[in-house]
Amino acid sequence: MQGPSDFELSRRKILLGTAASVAFGVAPRIADAQTPAVPVQAGAAPAISMSKVSFSVNGKPREIALDTRTTLLDALREHLHLTGSKKGCDHGQCGACTVIVGGRRINSCLTLAVMHEGDEIKTIEGLGTPENLHPMQAAFVKHDGYQCGYCTPGQICSAVAVLDEIKAGIPSHVSADLNAPAQLTNAELRERMSGNICRCGAYSNIAEAITEVAGRQA
Amino acid sequence: MKFESPATTNPIDQLKIVGQSVSRIDGPLKTTGTAPYAYERHDVVANQAYGYVVGSAIAKGRIKSIDLGAAKAAPGVLAIVTADNAGKLDKGRLNTAKLLGGPEIQHYHQAIAVVVAETFEQARAAAQLIRVDYAAEQGAFDLASLLDKAKPNPITAGPADTAVGDFAANFAAAPVRLDARYSTPDEAHAMMEPHATIAAWEGDKLTLWTSNQMIAWNKAEMAKILGMRAENVRLDSPFVGGGFGGKLFPRADALLAALGARAAKRPVKVALQRPLMFNNTTHRPATIQRIRIGATRDGKITAIGHESWSGDLPGGKADGAVAQTRLLYAGAHRMTATRLATLDLPEGNAMRAPGEATGMMALEIAVDEMAEKLGMDPIEFRILNDTQVDPEKPERPFSQRQLTECFRTGAERFGWSKRNPQPGRVRDGRWLVGIGAAAAFRNNLLTKSAARVRLDNGGIVTVETDMTDIGTGSYTIIAQTAAEMMGVPLEKVKVRLGDSAFPVSAGSGGQWGGNNSTAGVYAACVKLREAVAQKLGFNSAEAEFADGEVRSGNRRVPLAQAAADGGLSAEDEIEYGDLAKKYQQSTFGAHFVEVGVDAATAEIRVRRMLAVCAAGRILNPKTARSQVIGAMTMGVGAALMEELVVDKRTGFFVNHDLAAYEVPVHADIPHQEMFFLDETDPMSSPMKAKGVAELGICGVAAAVANAVYNATGVRVRDYPITLDKLLEQMPDVG
Amino acid sequence: MKSFTYERARNPAEAAASVLRKPDAKFIAGGTNLLDLMKLEIETPAHLIDVNGLALDKIEPTAEGGLRIGALVRNTDLAADSRVRRDYAVLSRALLAGASGQLRNKATTAGNLLQRTRCPYFYDTNQPCNKRRPGSGCAAIGGFSRQHAVVGGSEACIATHPSDMAVGMRALDATVETVRPDGATRAIPIAEFHHLPGSTPHVETALSPGELITAVTLPKPVGGTHIYRKVRDRASYAFALVSVAAIVQRDGTGRVALGGVAHKPWRIESADSQLPRGAKAVMAELLSGARPTRENAFKLSLAERTLGAVLTEAKG
Repeated sequence: MQGPSDFELSRRKILLGTAASVAFGVAPRIADAQTPAVPVQAGAAPAISMSKVSFSVNGKPREIALDTRTTLLDALREHLHLTGSKKGCDHGQCGACTVIVGGRRINSCLTLAVMHEGDEIKTIEGLGTPENLHPMQAAFVKHDGYQCGYCTPGQICSAVAVLDEIKAGIPSHVSADLNAPAQLTNAELRERMSGNICRCGAYSNIAEAITEVAGRQA
Repeated sequence: MKFESPATTNPIDQLKIVGQSVSRIDGPLKTTGTAPYAYERHDVVANQAYGYVVGSAIAKGRIKSIDLGAAKAAPGVLAIVTADNAGKLDKGRLNTAKLLGGPEIQHYHQAIAVVVAETFEQARAAAQLIRVDYAAEQGAFDLASLLDKAKPNPITAGPADTAVGDFAANFAAAPVRLDARYSTPDEAHAMMEPHATIAAWEGDKLTLWTSNQMIAWNKAEMAKILGMRAENVRLDSPFVGGGFGGKLFPRADALLAALGARAAKRPVKVALQRPLMFNNTTHRPATIQRIRIGATRDGKITAIGHESWSGDLPGGKADGAVAQTRLLYAGAHRMTATRLATLDLPEGNAMRAPGEATGMMALEIAVDEMAEKLGMDPIEFRILNDTQVDPEKPERPFSQRQLTECFRTGAERFGWSKRNPQPGRVRDGRWLVGIGAAAAFRNNLLTKSAARVRLDNGGIVTVETDMTDIGTGSYTIIAQTAAEMMGVPLEKVKVRLGDSAFPVSAGSGGQWGGNNSTAGVYAACVKLREAVAQKLGFNSAEAEFADGEVRSGNRRVPLAQAAADGGLSAEDEIEYGDLAKKYQQSTFGAHFVEVGVDAATAEIRVRRMLAVCAAGRILNPKTARSQVIGAMTMGVGAALMEELVVDKRTGFFVNHDLAAYEVPVHADIPHQEMFFLDETDPMSSPMKAKGVAELGICGVAAAVANAVYNATGVRVRDYPITLDKLLEQMPDVG
Repeated sequence: MKSFTYERARNPAEAAASVLRKPDAKFIAGGTNLLDLMKLEIETPAHLIDVNGLALDKIEPTAEGGLRIGALVRNTDLAADSRVRRDYAVLSRALLAGASGQLRNKATTAGNLLQRTRCPYFYDTNQPCNKRRPGSGCAAIGGFSRQHAVVGGSEACIATHPSDMAVGMRALDATVETVRPDGATRAIPIAEFHHLPGSTPHVETALSPGELITAVTLPKPVGGTHIYRKVRDRASYAFALVSVAAIVQRDGTGRVALGGVAHKPWRIESADSQLPRGAKAVMAELLSGARPTRENAFKLSLAERTLGAVLTEAKG
């Protein structure tokens, strides 16, 4: 009954005293990989379960072996050193960790990395660079849609996905008519962006930035 | 440079770059996720291990025993530090409670251990294996029950009690009187970036890559706590993911990363987990306030009194809620009193505009209530009682005071004249609609600030100062200042902040950062201009710095040429004489808010907001506006939802995560209008600027409260104004 | 978070069999609630069975004219489905009122039903909680109880169920379909799916060990005006103080379910019959025997006022 290959892998879990991640192939060299291995502890110490996962991040294939407990957020930040996605609460209560998986925005802190076998993941680093900003990033700069900057990558990933959601006709809590095409109003943007908290209070400017990009797209 | 007499014309007045709405120079980094925050600095030191903090499960008492056995044996664990093995630790001068508790416990979730392991997952799992046996003691957790036991306590703005004239007699004799009690709850900073630090030891030298508002304070504090020489401690905080006062002082992340790194003999990174932060760190303390206003029938205030009670741990400080009442309105007979009760709740401390934020929440409702008693328009009542001098010391004028102009301008822009003074009369479908106003007031604080400026042979000007940018826009206004002073475009300026190796700045707090840190950069640039002029053979008094050149008469030399045979560097600080004693320096504003209150459910939603502010020269209207609208947003939270709920049986904040402690989300905040009045204040600094980052939160919650009253006719004096406090008095449904 | 082994299941029976074989095994789908609780060690599975590959992500018509919603249909997709929007708008509205866009993209139909309470004392492992540690006591009683249940609570627990979706489903008379480890399937009416706390608040649903939700079915559409009204302090991304799911027919008859007031979506069919007489009459029956705390007594009048507004809106 059982025996999908990945399950086999997880059964062949590596018993390690240290669960330092091991990077394969295309993954960058990371500090942890240079850590001298600590001897495997004898006796009753609980085992660490490792599992291998492959996915693509910003178009690049990645394969890493991880402690199964590693969230997608920590895999990105601590193992792939893609620190653009932020840890604000680690409990799905703030949105700073928002990334786009398979075209949809999710909280990367509330999903295990090993559950993303084969997924296409897009992070803030995949949208643009300081020298070549994505239109949404440029609009945030222009409209001062941030202050401390910590929630900003999540806001921007969310904003990009929100415009796609509206285009796809997904309704929201404030849509007056569930059966009419979704509208691009200020109230719609604010409702849809409400999973991204900005304690600095840049909301009014963020709404203006998104509106400008949406207008350009339309 | 000592600033002792009012500023005259200087290069900043050109306003080619200063005063312009330029976009933040750190914007491309922040919007691409490439600005490095403390926990993310994989590049600064190799071999980082992970620390996870354990918080106390009781509010007060002692640890009888602590069993680390299972945790020590857990996979990947490198070290566990508790008070037992941490070595001797001093308490910081700026902290009230110890950052590492045990055996004595001072508050809930006080850190009692840090577990260091190879990975975050291992450290977290091992931390959860620590077993602690406590002897809990009964503590004091209920401010309202302790008012009689509270003792006088001074506030930042002055002594515990102040009195002018004969308040009691004149209040009693006033024909129109208000005597009301208000309360504000404990509030959390809830900045988006949790407190975080990477610590590394090199011999007896400690480096902390951390998230901190006040670099020099914290360098000294960490040295004191660890018993080290200050020169052996380095802090680096180039990007700070919000602070609001919560990162003014060292927190457990910094100390426990340092102790963990020492024990594990490896660099260690620690971030406070969000559910721990609310009880582990500081918060804005709750207040109970009594305000009495006596006036003549035509609305002149004759007596004004403001008393405030708050609580804190033994040795702690009172909230300064009465501070603005000493300065905001005229009135010959006045008193304020501040009382502090001992509470065993987590440490109360500064949060955005400490004092004025809570004080204005109460005072500006009281003023609205008083105007109604008088049958006056609340704005006209405020204008009638405006004062251009310190009402406690009439020989001290305000350096600038445009409160009346703020109200007049705002009233015009907001459509105040359409307000129906009869509450509960305006309806828009299911919504009862009301508008409210309140004054904004916050003092301008002067503190010395230094910077170093370098010129290289490519004409690049580099500014270094330990100033921090906590979202305030420091990088940008400092670059604007240096560009204006040296006559170069903004792209030719590099700004490096937040490193304790740099000259000591004002830091970020009390809305003092912008004016003081740029004035320090101004001072350093004046010195650099002199060095450049000397090098190039100009008379420094006549040399003009513009367009990348130094000019005088017909002679023009490229600025970079001054550094052709090696860079030029200058360092100076701004320090202040007694202008602030002779002139009261404050910032002013007027808030306008329109709310809708659902006639059935009493849900309150903000529909419109406007603030008009007068706060000296606005160095960058784009970033300054953001500071104000951000503060307005936080004020909406304070008005409508924010409250750390105290479990008075066991003494902790129950709603200690971002789901249960609600702060405003996008849907709560409409498009916000914000307008600055023209103002330059030559008494403040050569920049002629003042603080603005905290002004925006002062008064806004009261404007919301007054709008709710105007919409419903229900006066709520206990924040936050939630629907359950309105429901019974709402109109019948159906 | 305790260490766990992980497998991906390929079909429901295999998943159900595996969960029985492994001690302390749990299914994981969206993970948005389970992982949250695992980080705090409120949930401590030793083995996770990832059911996302089970192909239970379709919404299909039933022979009876209703809809069969796969257990793995994401909240976003369910809310956006054109048939749900047209014929079961109360469900679409309830889903859209819950959580955030990011969470709805991940959260599944089955997972939403199985959400655990947001009681802050349940979430703080230092505090006594009969749901988390049976027999330890209930800190919410006598503590901070503004969000808590006003009806159907017990001396052991006054927690509320946090789901909006489930309240919509309760109004629609949905049925929960499951498969057990032995391969047996059953259909549980949603009214019986969630339990009241009684003396066993840790037993939250009718599911037996290892039983896996495969689908939720909705009966054929009943027409009428569908309204879901969620009342909260914050305008979005907050749990309900009170929510009302109502289906009102032209003649004034209909159905009402409440969220935010009890340990389960709260509906009493006999109270529905009071609808033509108005909100007060409905609530007299629906909330009879309510035992609010001082802090949440406002929910009684709030529920009645909210239903009153809903009925006004339904009349158009």
